[in-house]
Amino acid sequence: MTGTQSSTDGLRQSGPAIRTEGLTRRFTRREGLRRVTLTAVDDLTVTVERGESVGYIGANGAGKSTTIKMLVGILVPTSGTATTLGRAPLRERVALVRQVGVVFGQRSQLWWDLPVAESFRILAAVHELSADDERSRTAELREQLELGPFWTTPVRQLSLGQRMRAEVAAALLHRPRLVILDEPTIGLDVVSKQRLREFLVAERTEHGTTLLLTTHDMGDVQRLCPRVLVVDHGRLAYDGSLDGLSRLVGAQRVLVVDLDEPAGDLVGVPHTNHLGSEAGGLRQRLAVDSDATTVAAVLAAVTDRVAVRDLAVEEPDIEDVVRRLYSAQRDG
Amino acid sequence: MADTGVAAAPAAVRRDRWRPYRAVIGSRVRSQRAYRASFRMDLFSTGVIGLVELAEVLVLYRTVDALGGLDLHQILLVFGLADFAFSLASVVVGHVDELPKFIRSGTLDVFFLRPQPVLLQVVTSELSLRRLSRAVVGLAAFCVGLVTADVPATPRTAVLLSLALVSATAISAAQYVTAGGLQFFLVNGHEMTNAFVYGGRYAATQPAAVWSAPVRAVFGYVFPMAFCGYLPVLAVLGMPGPPGLPAWLAWCTPVAALWAWCAAMLCWRWGTRSYQGAGG
Repeated sequence: MTGTQSSTDGLRQSGPAIRTEGLTRRFTRREGLRRVTLTAVDDLTVTVERGESVGYIGANGAGKSTTIKMLVGILVPTSGTATTLGRAPLRERVALVRQVGVVFGQRSQLWWDLPVAESFRILAAVHELSADDERSRTAELREQLELGPFWTTPVRQLSLGQRMRAEVAAALLHRPRLVILDEPTIGLDVVSKQRLREFLVAERTEHGTTLLLTTHDMGDVQRLCPRVLVVDHGRLAYDGSLDGLSRLVGAQRVLVVDLDEPAGDLVGVPHTNHLGSEAGGLRQRLAVDSDATTVAAVLAAVTDRVAVRDLAVEEPDIEDVVRRLYSAQRDG
Repeated sequence: MADTGVAAAPAAVRRDRWRPYRAVIGSRVRSQRAYRASFRMDLFSTGVIGLVELAEVLVLYRTVDALGGLDLHQILLVFGLADFAFSLASVVVGHVDELPKFIRSGTLDVFFLRPQPVLLQVVTSELSLRRLSRAVVGLAAFCVGLVTADVPATPRTAVLLSLALVSATAISAAQYVTAGGLQFFLVNGHEMTNAFVYGGRYAATQPAAVWSAPVRAVFGYVFPMAFCGYLPVLAVLGMPGPPGLPAWLAWCTPVAALWAWCAAMLCWRWGTRSYQGAGG
C-alpha cells in the first residue's frame, strides 16, 4: 500500500506541472429565444514542465481566465482533459489546491475588514501549516515583499500596490509548487512592479516553483517568462519565446531620440527603419532590428551624425504584438 | 525546503481538522466586536423583527380563543420552539442563501481554491451574532408557553422537546442550504428562495391543522416544517394530529431532519455542479 502510494506520488512529482489535451470550454447563454454558444477555450493542447515560467497572454476575453479555472477545478471542461501537478483538478481539488497558489484578478483572498497579519494567520490555519512553518514562512514573505509597514493595517485601507503584494504573499504562504498569477502587476507603480518581479524571480530560483502568469505588461513577460503562450479566441496562437514572437510578427524596439537642433530624417542608420519625425525633426523614431544590432550601436551611429539631448527606448507593446499575431494568422 | 509545508499538512489534518474553520469563525466574531455600534443596531433591529412576528400571533389570538385546536399558551410553545430553532439556524447558516453575493464578489471562486469543502467554507465564512436577539424572542415565547400551557413535567416531555429543538434547528438550516443550492441557477432568485425559507419559517410557527391538505403535504413532508414546532407540541400535550399528520410523528423529527439535509445536499451538489458547468 505504502509502496503504491509513494510510487504514485513519485509520478506526480516527476510529471509536467500542467498538461492539457484538447481542452475545450463552451458557454451557452440565452439571447431572447435563441441559445448562443460561445467557445471560450478551444482545443487547447499544451504542456508546462515543472519549474517553468510561462506567460499566458491574449486579448481580453481570449479565454485566459477560463483556462485557469479549468486548471484548478473551478470549471469543468466541455471536452478534453486538464491535469495539474499530476492530478485531475475537479476530482482531486482539495489535494491539488494544497500545492497551488492563485492570485485571481480582482478576487481577494484576504479579509477586507481584518489586518493583513490576521488574514495570514487565518490562511495558515486554512492551509494547516504547523506553527513553526507558519512563523518562518510568514517572516520570509513579510520581509521579501516588504509587508512590514502595513502589517497591522486593515486590508480595506491598503493601496493597490500594497494589496497586490499582500495577495501574492498570501497565495505563496503554503509554498505552492505551482503559482498562477492573473495580472499581478496591473495598476502598480514602477517601483512596486519591479519589487514584485524581483521577488518572483527569487522565489522561483529558491523553490523551483512553476509560474503561470497572465499579463498585459510586456515588462512582466520579459523579466519573468522565457516562454510565452498566446491565445486567440480560445485557441493557442503561439507557443515559444517572446523574442521569437516579436520576430514572427515584426514587432521591434523603437529608439526615440530628442535632438539639440532640428535635423533631416535619420534615414540610412544601419539595421534601423526610420519611423517618423516630430517637431520639425527635433524628435525622431527609429525601429531597431534587434537580431542584427544593439540599441547602443544604433545610438552611436546616430550621435556620429547629430547631437542627442535625450533618448528613450520603447519596447514592443504586448497588445500590439498580439494584435499583429492575430491579424497575421487570420490573413494567413 | 519547498516540501516542508506540503509534507506537514497531512500530519496537521490528523491533529486538528477543525482548525481552519475555527480560525475563520473566530475572526468573524472579533470583527463584529470591533464594530460595536453597528452591531448593537443590527442586534436591536433583528430583535424588533422577532417581536413584530410574535405580536402578529398575539393580535390574532385577541379575536379567537383557539386556532387549529391550540389556545394562545399552546401556540406560544409552537411559535417559541420553531422560531428559536430557526433563529439559531440563521445565526449559523443564515448567510448561505445570500449565495449570489458570494458569486458576484468572486469569494466563491476563492473558496474553490482552499483545501476544504466549499459548503463548509460558505457556512463558516460568517456568524450572524446579530440574529441572536431574535433567538431570545423565540426562547422567551417558548419559556412562557412551557410554564402556562399545562405541559406535563416528565422525562418524555424533556426528550421530545430536546429532540425537537435539535431537529428543528437542523431542518431550518437545511432550508437555507437548499435555498443556497437553488441560487446557483437563479442568480436573481433570492426573492423566490426567500419565499420558501421565510414562508417555511412562518409555516413552522403555525398550527398545521388550519392548512388545506395540499399545504399540509408540502410543509408536512416535502419541507418538513410541521416537525419544527407543531407536531412535537401536540405529542407533548397528548393531542391528536390532523388527518395525514398524526402526533406520534413527533418521535420522527430526526428522520425529518435527515430528509431535509439529504434534499439540501442534493440541491447544493446540483448547484455547484451547475456552477462548474458539469451539467445538472
